[in-house]
Amino acid sequence: MLAFSEKSIVKLNVNGENVTVMINPSYTLLHVLREELGLTGTKPGCENGDCGACTVLVDGWPIKSCLMLAAEAIGHQIVTVEGLKNAPIQKSFVENWGFQCGYCTSGFLMVCHALKNIHPDANDFVIEQWLQSNLCRCTGYGEIKNAVKAVLENRI
Amino acid sequence: MIAFDFAYFRPNTLKEATEIYKQIALTGKTPVYYGGGTEIISMARTGSVKFDAVIDIKSIPECTTLCVESDRLIIGSAVTLTKIAESGCFPLLGETVSRIADHTIQGKITIGGNIAGTIIYREAALPLMITNSKVKIIRKNRLHDVPFFDVFDGDLHLQKGELIVQFLIDKNYLNLPYCHVKKTKLDKIDYPLLSMAAIKTNNGISAAVSGLGDKPFLLPGKILNETDIPETIRVDKTIAAIQNNIISDLIIASKEYRVFVLKNVLTQMFHNFKGA
Ligand SMILES: Cc1cc2nc3c(=O)[nH]c(=O)nc-3n(C[C@H](O)[C@H](O)[C@H](O)COP(=O)(O)OP(=O)(O)OC[C@H]3O[C@@H](n4cnc5c(N)ncnc54)[C@H](O)[C@@H]3O)c2cc1C
Ligand code: FES
Ligand code: FES
Repeated sequence: MLAFSEKSIVKLNVNGENVTVMINPSYTLLHVLREELGLTGTKPGCENGDCGACTVLVDGWPIKSCLMLAAEAIGHQIVTVEGLKNAPIQKSFVENWGFQCGYCTSGFLMVCHALKNIHPDANDFVIEQWLQSNLCRCTGYGEIKNAVKAVLENRI
Repeated sequence: MIAFDFAYFRPNTLKEATEIYKQIALTGKTPVYYGGGTEIISMARTGSVKFDAVIDIKSIPECTTLCVESDRLIIGSAVTLTKIAESGCFPLLGETVSRIADHTIQGKITIGGNIAGTIIYREAALPLMITNSKVKIIRKNRLHDVPFFDVFDGDLHLQKGELIVQFLIDKNYLNLPYCHVKKTKLDKIDYPLLSMAAIKTNNGISAAVSGLGDKPFLLPGKILNETDIPETIRVDKTIAAIQNNIISDLIIASKEYRVFVLKNVLTQMFHNFKGA
């Protein structure tokens, strides 16, 4: 049984690397990524599960890191926006005007990247279902949808 | 940030989970079983709950199984809503849970957590309420299969330390004609004005709703199935019969408006089941 009751050193797998980090059981994954590992691409927004700015991938699926304890991530593979490393979806966001201020962008990129991997043949219904997890206050969402479609249709 | 400290345990067996719960409770401290953690983290962050330890049940095989065994579908309590929807194992349940919160959070919320949680909607319970489902729980160190309604009347009633392990659904219910409708005020992603799940068996229609009352409840089957009277009258009689279950105005919408929505949803349901 995995057990710890105070600040402890644990191993996390982040962006393909095993990292050693000191965490408290009450720390969220969002906090540890930003404050302990310096991966500030993952953004804090509502910290309540509503906005999606904090989305990362856990074993390939999008997860809101504000609603996950870092301790839960032990034994799983985490990918943050820093781990995308010029994935096609990033280029597509640039080419399709998928962002303005950019605050929501890392969260959207993670959702879209996972969608491409999990449902490469996603139709409009599925695309919308996945994108509805994230909020953007600048774009009209249409540009983001265009960016995903370009990647799904291998136009990038 | 969560402003208080607690311990984290991730047992690999049911025995470890219940033992550690007992040990912590014996020292006068408060343990909580931890499914997806979405409600626990949200409420801990705002200071609405306090506890000394979380017992994460996601590494216990019995709680994460999703399979059909002999004549029933077994859904572990720590199975996520996404896994249920993607599996296609029970289309009515899949459709219902894929309207809870949003798609990303569905990958974290567990079916057990939705049903045991404090939020009044508990939409995942609706399909279980109309399919004679059972639940496997740990009670006094032993596993028991009990009818879902023995522990759930819209609220979950478990004693301290008792754990939902699995939900058990008779295979015969999985592919019956069904209807699921969720109406929200504005956005598609929101708490429900009304969420309804209904099925049609050889014995007639069964339906359960969430959003009207302070907990989910069954619609009166006797009235829904009075086939000798017109559907419009059955709709009116149903609404008259449940007046005491409907809570008065919520911030989300007035009582009158929610009843108006129910009337339309019931009419649509009768229409959908025609010829089914
Ligand atoms: C942004 C957001 C939107 C939401 N929208 C909706 C909605 O539209 N409709 C709706 O119905 N709900 C909605 N919810 C509520 C959500 O489904 C509940 O918060 C649910 O509790 C979360 O499940 P979980 O697995 O994360 O539970 P947890 O946070 O792990 O646990 C919740 C409670 O259940 C207990 N528990 C968990 N598993 C078990 C078990 N196996 N046995 C006994 N007790 C257990 C825990 O001890 C705790 O008290 C929403 C939540 C969020 C965060
Ligand atoms: S910060 Fe996590 S969903 Fe908004
Ligand atoms: S680009 Fe500014 S919030 Fe989305």
